[in-house]
Amino acid sequence: MTAEEDPHQPVGAYVLHALPPNEEAAFERHLDGCPACRREAAELAEAAARLALTPARAAVVPADLLDRVLDEISRTPQEHVLTGLSPGRRKRHLMSWALAASLAAAATFGGIAAWQSVQANDARNQASGLQNALQSGNKALAGVLTAPDATLHTTKLADGASAAVIVSRAADRAAFVAADLPALSSDKVYELWYAAPSGGLRPAGLLPGSGGRSARVLDRPLGQTVAVGITVEPVGGSRQPTTEPLGIIPVGS
Amino acid sequence: MALLSERAEPDGGPGLRAHAVGRTVGRGQARRRNVRTMPSTVYEEEPEPPAGDDADSVEALLVRVADGDKDAFTGVYEALARPVMGLACRILRDPAQAEEVTQEVMVEVWRTACRYRPERGSAKGWVFTLAHRRAVDRVRHAQAAAQRERRAGAVLAGREHDEVAEAVEDDDERRRAQECMARLARMYRVPLALAYYQGLTYVEVAAALSAPAGTVKSRMRTGLRLLRDCLEAR
Repeated sequence: MTAEEDPHQPVGAYVLHALPPNEEAAFERHLDGCPACRREAAELAEAAARLALTPARAAVVPADLLDRVLDEISRTPQEHVLTGLSPGRRKRHLMSWALAASLAAAATFGGIAAWQSVQANDARNQASGLQNALQSGNKALAGVLTAPDATLHTTKLADGASAAVIVSRAADRAAFVAADLPALSSDKVYELWYAAPSGGLRPAGLLPGSGGRSARVLDRPLGQTVAVGITVEPVGGSRQPTTEPLGIIPVGS
Repeated sequence: MALLSERAEPDGGPGLRAHAVGRTVGRGQARRRNVRTMPSTVYEEEPEPPAGDDADSVEALLVRVADGDKDAFTGVYEALARPVMGLACRILRDPAQAEEVTQEVMVEVWRTACRYRPERGSAKGWVFTLAHRRAVDRVRHAQAAAQRERRAGAVLAGREHDEVAEAVEDDDERRRAQECMARLARMYRVPLALAYYQGLTYVEVAAALSAPAGTVKSRMRTGLRLLRDCLEAR
């Protein structure tokens, strides 16, 4: 393999599902921070999908397949449908996330706001401490932390760590800071997630499994995000959470 | 695009399928539905035939599926199950496995319809992407890389002929996809075809072609860009 002189180069192989797994994961991380690449990937994927039309070989779809599919979907909860909560099975994580996200959306209009502002002072101190501790290079992080419209949203994580999300709707970005994150085994990392109003989740970036203090700007624009979550995932991260969240931080909407 | 102009590329050799596709297209023209009289931009969000108004488009149906509408789901199935099955068959070469993949894809469509965003692309593109991913994952699982590369080698050497379109192409979009693929210069077409239809990674494609991996990777990107330009150009 040649050196990656151009980080966008894998986009063609990516949409063809032709990157080896490690390179695919790496390229998805690149995509996270590269809106132009996401646009290109979407365009090329649309073209690649047309290749499905060129085998004009008559495929015979068994007549009873539709019935079997209909039977299966009658037992398959849809991702955003909360009534699927109890028999969740494979989708249990997503379901509880969906619920959490809608709770988050509801909560931000009500009582939680006061609680948040009490916590905010602590977290803002913590955030500014972190900011000072950072080497001067991280302008993106400083930019979010100091944005004029920045709002602070804090929580305690399930493992006792404290975490805060700083949101700038104007900049369409968010930052995540945490203290006292437990160290993970060497094959695990922390992964952050954006939760949409529908409950859909997007990867928002990784934190090293070394734990302790962490601060970073989240990957990708904030969009309609109503909550930010954190899970433990295998090194390289996951496309969707594979573990229960350690915490979910409502960020308003 | 200058790069596309190699239309008359003398591809008589162990080429993938350009000449065969060309023949098929020729045959199909007599019967093609002549509905594409509008400017080229309409192609971007092409409604599924029978081309109806917006409410009947697969896009509109898929949006309704996200709300749990099973009639809409049946509509999506009827529009797309056959090409999904065709793609899975082509990649897996096994109708029984292709059927399983088709079922899995359709259930995934139901389950994750909320992720589809009409403003970001066609319903067909979204569903075919899911189908391709599943079929490729399965073929990689079922067949060792060496086996897939041997198959690719057979295709390249012309010993195993890639399927030629059998049906008369009365579907305009399908015909256009075939034409655009056939018009791509071989250096771009072959890597796309080996990756898309054989489930090879770019590294495996490079091995099959004895070409540098970086070159193959960059040709995949350029090839798709040219394909897109061609699809949109008419």
